[in-house]
Amino acid sequence: MSQLRKVALVGNPNAGKSALFNALTGARQKIANYPGVTVERKAGRLLLPSGQPIELVDLPGSYGLDSTSPDEEVTRKVIMGEFPGEQAPDALIVVLDASNLEQHLVFALEVIELGKPTVVALNMVDLAERDGLVIDPAALASELGVPVISTVAVRRRGLSELAEAIAQAGAREPEKRHPHGFLPERRLTAHAIADGAILSETARHRLHAKLDRVLLHPWIGPLILFALLFVVFQAVFAGAAPFADGLDAGVAALGDLVRGALPPSLIRDLLTDGIISGVGSVVVFLPQIIILFFFILAMEASGYMARAAFLMDRMMASVGLSGRSFIPLLSSFACAIPGIMATRSIADPKDRLTTILVAPLMTCSARLPVYAVVIAAVIPQRAVLGPVGLQGLVLFALYALGVVSAMVVALVLRSTVTKGAASGFIMELPKYQMPRLKDLMIGLWQRAWIFLRRAGTIIFMVTVVLWLLLNFPRAGQGESQVDASFAGKIANGLAVVVEPIGFNRDIALSLIPAMAAREVAVSSLATTYAVDAGDDDSTQAALGEQIAARWTLPTALAFLAWFVFAPQCMSTIAVTRRETNGWKWPVFMLLYLFGLAYIFAGITYWSALALGL
Amino acid sequence: MQAHWTNMTLDLLPVGQTARIAAVDWSVLAPDEGKRLRALGIDSGAKVSVAHRGVFAGADPLAITVGRMTVALRRVHACAMTVEAA
Repeated sequence: MSQLRKVALVGNPNAGKSALFNALTGARQKIANYPGVTVERKAGRLLLPSGQPIELVDLPGSYGLDSTSPDEEVTRKVIMGEFPGEQAPDALIVVLDASNLEQHLVFALEVIELGKPTVVALNMVDLAERDGLVIDPAALASELGVPVISTVAVRRRGLSELAEAIAQAGAREPEKRHPHGFLPERRLTAHAIADGAILSETARHRLHAKLDRVLLHPWIGPLILFALLFVVFQAVFAGAAPFADGLDAGVAALGDLVRGALPPSLIRDLLTDGIISGVGSVVVFLPQIIILFFFILAMEASGYMARAAFLMDRMMASVGLSGRSFIPLLSSFACAIPGIMATRSIADPKDRLTTILVAPLMTCSARLPVYAVVIAAVIPQRAVLGPVGLQGLVLFALYALGVVSAMVVALVLRSTVTKGAASGFIMELPKYQMPRLKDLMIGLWQRAWIFLRRAGTIIFMVTVVLWLLLNFPRAGQGESQVDASFAGKIANGLAVVVEPIGFNRDIALSLIPAMAAREVAVSSLATTYAVDAGDDDSTQAALGEQIAARWTLPTALAFLAWFVFAPQCMSTIAVTRRETNGWKWPVFMLLYLFGLAYIFAGITYWSALALGL
Repeated sequence: MQAHWTNMTLDLLPVGQTARIAAVDWSVLAPDEGKRLRALGIDSGAKVSVAHRGVFAGADPLAITVGRMTVALRRVHACAMTVEAA
C-alpha cells in the first residue's frame, strides 16, 4: 500500500464535520476557492500518531454522490479523483451524526461501496445520549466492514483513536466489499444496520422539539427573530463605531507619521493621501464585518439560521428568492460587503447570484453621511404630521426606494438573466447546539482575512489609479491641481453626460473619487468648495451652507436619488468579483446600477422641475 | 382532528399527525428538487408528519419530520405527495 498523504472528510450536512475538522487540524487552515467554482476548499494538517503529517481536506456536506448542488458536485468529483488539479484522497473519513444514524448511514454506505480505505467517525455521541440513544460502535463496524470510532469533536473525544484508525486504514483494503446498490436498497440496508446497532432508544429529541415549538411558533417565532435582529443591528452600528473611529484615528496617525518622516514629494503624497487613506477607508469596515459575522456564525452554528430562513421564506418567495437570502440582504443594510460574503450559505447558485446582485440596493451605512449632509442642506426642517418631520420622511423614502427597487430588480433578474427552474426551498432544520467559541473564532478570523487580503489587493490598485488620475498631469502656476488633472478632464466630459439629470460640474468631479466609497463624495465636495476641512462635523455644517447656496432643490433631490442606486464602492465590486469568480457579474452590477441611478436621478430632477420645486 | 384519507396530500395533513407517503408525483418537481427530497429520505413509503407551518399567507413553507430529521419544504412540494394512514 502506498504512503498515506491526503485524507478527506465527508458526510451529510450538519454531521458536525467542520467542528471535527477544526478539532483535528487546529486553527492553521488553508482556505481558498476550488478553481472555477465558488465552493470553498478547506485544508489543514493532521498529525498521525507516528508523527507523520498528512493533508486533511474538509469536503462540502453532501446527501449523496448524485449531486444536486455545486457543493455536492465538488465533493463527488474530489472523492472520485475527477476534479482537475486536485489529487484524489488516499483515504476517507465519513462523519455520521450519531443521533441521526439511519439517514447518515445512507451516504456512508454509498461512500464505503467505492472500496477506498475508509474510517467512520460516529460523531456527537454525547448529543445522541442526551436524546436517549445508545449505539454500539462495534456492531456498526462489523456490519459496515470499516473501523468505527466514537467522537465528540467539540470535547476532543476520540480524536487520537481516529488518527490511529486513519493511519491503519491507509495500510489495508476494507474487509467487506459491499455490492453497488441504488438509493432505495441503501435506505433499506441503512435501516437494518441502524436497527442492529442501536442498543436502546427512549425519548426522541425532546429539547429540539420544545425549542422549535417556540422559535417556529407562527407569532412568537417572528417576534423573537426581529428582536434578535434588532440586537444584532444595534451591535453592528453602535458596537462597531468606537473600533471604526479607533482605526480611523490609527490610519490618520500613520499618515501623519509618514508625512513627518519623509521630505515633501509626490511619492510621499502617494503614500499618505493615496495608499494609506484609500486602503484605510476600506479597513474601517472591518469592525462591522467582524461583529456582524460573529452573530451570523453563531446563528449558523446553533442551528437557528435555518429557522430564520424558514420563517422568512414565504416573504422572499414573493420576489423569486428563498428564505436563505433574508439574512444576507438584511446584513447589507449595515454594509453590502459582509452581506455578499454571507450569501455562501445559499445553496442554489442562481438564488445566490440574484442576492449578490441586489445586495447593494439595500441602503448601507456609508450612504448615511451623504444623505445627512444633503438633506440637512436643502430639505426644510418642518413637521409634516405630529412628530414626523419632513427631513426624516425624505430619509425614510430613500431607504424605502432602495428596498422596493431591490424587490423589483430581484423579480426582473429571476425571470431574465438568472432565470431557472423554481429554486424551491428544501432544507434540513438541524438540531440545536451550543456554538463553541473556538469554532466561532476560527470562522471570524477566516472571514476577516478573506476580506483584508482578497479585497485588499484590488482596492490597493484602484486607490493608486484614482490618486494618479487626480494628481497627473501636474498643474501649472496659478492653476488648481484638480482642474489640471486627468480627473478634472474626465469631470469636464462627465459634466456633459450628467447635465441632463441636473448635476453640475462640482458634482461630476466629486463622483470620481467617490468611486472608492460613497461617503468620499462629501469630503471631495468639501475640498472643491474650499471649505476648511477641519473635523467632520464642522465640515458637514459648512458644506451644507455651500450646497444650500449653490444647488437648486431639483439638483439636490436628483443627487440623493443617484446615491440610492450608484454602485460607488470599490470594496463591494471587489468582493463581488471574488464571490462570483470573475469580472462578468461585477461589471453587470456596475452597469445596471449606474443605469438605474442615471434614470432615477433624471426622473427626480425633471419631476421636481415640473412641480416647480 | 382526524384526517380524511381519500386524495389526501401532505400539505393538508394536520400538524402532529403521522402518515405514510403513498405516492409522489415527481413530474411537478424540478429534477434536482426530487433528487434532494429522495436524498433526505422523503420518498414513497416514508413515514412523515407535519411539525410546523410557516407564518405568512398560505402557511408556507412546511417543516416535515422524517425519521429523526426535520426538513423544511414548500407547499408546492407537499402538494405533489399523496399520503395514507400510517
